[in-house]
Amino acid sequence: MLPPFQALLDAHSAEVLAVLRGAVGRVDAEDCFQETFLAALRAYPEISDGRNLRGWLLTIAHRKAIDHHRANGRRPLPVAEVAEAGVHDPEPPDADGLWAAVAQLPPKQRAAVSLRYGGDLPHAEIAAALGCSTEAARRSLHEGIKRLRKELQ
Amino acid sequence: MKAELKRLADRAEAEGLLDVAYASADSPFGELLLAATPRGVVRVGLPNQDPDELLEELAERVSPRVLEAPPRLDALRRELDLYFEGRLTDFDQPLDWRLSRDFRRRALRSVARIPYGETRSYRQVARGAGNERAVRAAGSACGSNPIPIVVPCHRVLRSGGGLGGYEGGLPMKRGLLEIEGASWRDGS
Repeated sequence: MLPPFQALLDAHSAEVLAVLRGAVGRVDAEDCFQETFLAALRAYPEISDGRNLRGWLLTIAHRKAIDHHRANGRRPLPVAEVAEAGVHDPEPPDADGLWAAVAQLPPKQRAAVSLRYGGDLPHAEIAAALGCSTEAARRSLHEGIKRLRKELQ
Repeated sequence: MKAELKRLADRAEAEGLLDVAYASADSPFGELLLAATPRGVVRVGLPNQDPDELLEELAERVSPRVLEAPPRLDALRRELDLYFEGRLTDFDQPLDWRLSRDFRRRALRSVARIPYGETRSYRQVARGAGNERAVRAAGSACGSNPIPIVVPCHRVLRSGGGLGGYEGGLPMKRGLLEIEGASWRDGS
C-alpha cells in the first residue's frame, strides 16, 4: 500500500531540494523541485514498488537536473555584448562555496556527489539513478571528490 | 520550504493531479480533518480519530495522491465555523459519497435529509434506506459515516429518544444537538 503523497513530501522534500541545489544551483533548484514532485505525483499511483520511495524521488530529481542542463546547453543565454575575455560563474557561489564547486563538476561526477552527499544514497542506488554499473558510479564519485579537494584547497 | 509546497499544491490542483486535498479545521470539540476530491467533500475526521490513519485510509480507498491543500476546503471551513456558532442550518457543499456503498449509502443519504434541529430514529433511517427492519444496519451506517456533521448522523437517536452512539463520542453528539436546539433523553 502506498502512503499518502503528503507523507513523501514531509519526509523528503528538504533533502530533494538540497540535492537539486547541489546539482543545478540555488536559483534553478526551485523550478527543478516543482518539476520533480509534479512528475512524481503524476506517476505515483502506478508505481509497483513502494519500498524505496526516497531513492525513487531522488532518481526523478536527478533526471530533472539533467533535463535542466540539456535545456540550458541547447539554449545559449542572449547577451548584449560579448565580453572580450574571461569567464563568468553561471551561479552565484553558495555561502560555503562547496555546493558551488560541486555545480562546476562534469555532469556525471556532479550527480554522483550530489546523490551521495546531498541524498545520502549508497553506491548501488547512485548507479541505478545514473543508469551505470556500481563500479562506474563509484569511479565517478571518486573522481568528483578528488576534483573538489583540488578546487577547494 | 512552505512557499515551495504551497506552489506545488496549487500546480497539482491546476494540472488535475490533486485527487484528495485535505486541511485541518478548528471546532469546539477539537481539531477536525477535512478532505475533498474534485467531486466534493469525501471525509470529515473527528477529533478523537487519528489523522494519519484517516489519510492512509484515503490513500488506500480513494487515491494515494493525497496532499495538504487548504484552498479546496476553504468554503467548507467557513460553513463549519458558522454552523458551530449556530448561524448556519444547511451545508451547501457538493459531497463525494464514494466511501460508502449500497445500503449504507442509502441510509446516509436519508440521514442527509433530516432537517436541522430535528431528530429521527434508527428505524426511520432504515425505512428511508428502503428496509425498515434493518435497524442495526442503519445504526452501523451511522457509525461508519465518512462525512459526519455535514451528513448529520448526530440527529439519529434511539426510538425512545435516547442518544444511541456516536463515532466522535457522546459528549460531542450532545454538543451538536445542543447547538441545534434539538432535544434527546439521557440515560438510555
